Amino acid sequence: MAETLRLRHSFLVRVTHWLTTFSFLALLVSGLEIVVSHPRFYWGETGNVNTPPLFTIPIASSRAAVPTGYGYVLPDQNGWSRYLHFQSAWVLIMTGLLYVAVGFFKGHFRRNLLPALSEVSFRRLAISMAQHLRFERPRAEEAWSYNVLQRLAYLLIIFVVFPLIIWTGLAMSPSFVSAIPAAVNVLGGQQSARTLHFFLTGALVIFLLVHVFMVVLAGFWSRLRAMITGRAAEPLERV
Amino acid sequence: MSKISRRQLITTGLATAAGASGLVVAEKLAGRYGLIPPDFGGIYGPGETLTYAAQRLLTRHSLAREFSRSQISRDPFANEVAPLGEPFHRLEQGAFSDWSLTVDGMVARPASFSLAELKSFPRRSHITMIQCEEGWSYIGEWTGVPLSHVLELVGTLPQARYVVYRSIQPDWWESIDMADALHPQTLLAHGMNDSELPVSFGGPLRLRVPRQLGYKSVKYITRLTITDNLKQFGKGLGSASPEGGYAWYAGI
Repeated sequence: MAETLRLRHSFLVRVTHWLTTFSFLALLVSGLEIVVSHPRFYWGETGNVNTPPLFTIPIASSRAAVPTGYGYVLPDQNGWSRYLHFQSAWVLIMTGLLYVAVGFFKGHFRRNLLPALSEVSFRRLAISMAQHLRFERPRAEEAWSYNVLQRLAYLLIIFVVFPLIIWTGLAMSPSFVSAIPAAVNVLGGQQSARTLHFFLTGALVIFLLVHVFMVVLAGFWSRLRAMITGRAAEPLERV
Repeated sequence: MSKISRRQLITTGLATAAGASGLVVAEKLAGRYGLIPPDFGGIYGPGETLTYAAQRLLTRHSLAREFSRSQISRDPFANEVAPLGEPFHRLEQGAFSDWSLTVDGMVARPASFSLAELKSFPRRSHITMIQCEEGWSYIGEWTGVPLSHVLELVGTLPQARYVVYRSIQPDWWESIDMADALHPQTLLAHGMNDSELPVSFGGPLRLRVPRQLGYKSVKYITRLTITDNLKQFGKGLGSASPEGGYAWYAGI
């Protein structure tokens, strides 16, 4: 049967989705590489190899001064990692600002992401949660709108996790906090900001894994095509 | 596929032309107001330029956070340095009485100051954090003569734009722009936590630049050169850091 194609994702959503994807992956790789030079985390203002860590990641380090228990030192990759990290951060922030500004202007959040009030009930959330946990393949008409859990997850990532990870990142910049000291003071110190930045990265990685898993469950190629070309096949019932 | 209308074509064309000429104008202005870092070339140039320009526009005069005495780290970490050579050890045996700081370049009165002279100049102390690019940090009280005082003594010329500073370690040199060089917290530090600056922390003389990462606070300073052009130093990238793959501007 010939399929008819209909617009699923706007041009803005598609472009910002992929810019975010690539800049996030670059930030992740370079960020982990920077962690390798000091895989110890602290709480408060300061921390170094002479002070007890909050926790350590059991990996080798790219610095000989860090006690890791490994008998070797990894090569230093911080130069390009730091250049790439901050350049990607600029791409991410500008993409995010564009997405949020145009999204509000065009009613994208109200229309596509804000769940209906009737959906945000304990019962509806429990039903949606149960469907997800049974790995139910979404019904065809669901391909045209987001379910309540999905909407809440996207809103959480867009308006809570991303702003927090940008904030905690800026809170580590000595020059930025010289202008806005409160940015780091309210977090409890520069090392606290670093530790929070690391946990927020974890939250984004979990989101990415679940997101890709759900896309696979729903039909990887059709969803991927929709996010690239913007178009998706009409469900058969509608034709 | 949607057809591209004539109006869309004209609008897109105009927007592209406006964007392109906007970029050219922006680049001219950025160059004129000192918003372009010396390592602006290469694939990471755009990110570095955005960071440096944003910091210069927003934080030119802001002060690094200062802490209370009770927050001074009991266990600061000195970090490793390459083995100090014979010239350093000879000076160390003489209690650094022969240590000197040479100041040259775009100055009215090139000069050389002994450590004793530097210590007799007006002092300033601040309790600030030193943050390594690796992620660790400590807080210490740094005492020294503000770099701005020395720049004033030698009569820095108005066209000066950067201060290049060198360590007794031959391959260790850095530079900062005048915004950081004249910044009140930028010190030629000779004291730390109420005593002489220990050798492991950069004694007898370290340039403390508290609004940037630790690698800009070079240890064992012997020479300052004031210039309006960084191209003539090393590979022309501003300092040894970009030559080793690290960003020149480390305020992030």
